[in-house]
Amino acid sequence: MNRTFSKLALWTFLALLVAGFLGYLTTRVLPEYIAVGRGAPPRLADLVFYAVAAATVAGAAGVAFSRNILWSCIGLLMALLGTGALYIFLSADFLAVAQLLVYIGGVLVLILFAVMLTNRIGEVNVSNQSLGLVGGLAVFAAVTPLLVLVALLVPWPVRTPGPLAPTTARIGDEFLSTWLLPFEVASVVLLATLVGAVVMARKELKAD
Amino acid sequence: MHLTLAHFLVVGALLFALGLVTVVTRRNAVGILMGVELILNGTNVNLAAFNHYVVGGVSGQVFALFVIVLAAAEAAVGLAIVLTIFQSLRSIDVRLADTMRE
Repeated sequence: MNRTFSKLALWTFLALLVAGFLGYLTTRVLPEYIAVGRGAPPRLADLVFYAVAAATVAGAAGVAFSRNILWSCIGLLMALLGTGALYIFLSADFLAVAQLLVYIGGVLVLILFAVMLTNRIGEVNVSNQSLGLVGGLAVFAAVTPLLVLVALLVPWPVRTPGPLAPTTARIGDEFLSTWLLPFEVASVVLLATLVGAVVMARKELKAD
Repeated sequence: MHLTLAHFLVVGALLFALGLVTVVTRRNAVGILMGVELILNGTNVNLAAFNHYVVGGVSGQVFALFVIVLAAAEAAVGLAIVLTIFQSLRSIDVRLADTMRE
């Protein structure tokens, strides 16, 4: 009796939180934003941004809520590709290419390898068990409103951004002047990672 | 309604929240690593967005590149550990990996 009551109270609280967030968003925050942009019809770039952002968030939701670990991998691919596309809107072309090379060419392939090596594929559906939709949605409802409201309501000291331009040359200059020490330390970290991963994988083969 | 800083911040916040949900709810160690990658991606979107709309220059992008480098290193070591756990326990359920507990 007591447990069902506390459960009910928790869910009522979360539902009120979500309802209040959505109501506040639609009645107070969004009209201001729409009023700022009124008179300027959406450009093609804006529509492309909304499509890319939707694909990114949908992929991330697939990672979080999919029952099948392979579908989680496909969702991660969508999220990483979408993030790479978002970098282009932010005049970060080198970052976009690095995202494509390192995340999709390296990390995603590595994760796919791990999935194939560790899951008995026949029972792939039970291999991705989680606390379930309920706990996940509770965490999501607890974290998202705060972050989104902070993003929308804080008066950030925004400057007028310049036109989109390639930044690769300037990044190279900064790496070899201002950030030279972290750059070298990062290379040492990568070397240590390489050696460490090889040592661990070798041990595991010997044990067989 | 043209693009503003808030658009990118909202996308970054959603990526972070979904990554957090993945880390908290998954019992599969590889799934948890995927959640960590999502969280780092949300951070990177924020770094690039603040760099473009607030700071200027390229220092935010340099930081994002460092994050990418460390994420790759983390993924390599993390997956090697997961494979080792799988070899000894025949499972990657994180609830089973408590053999060092007294």
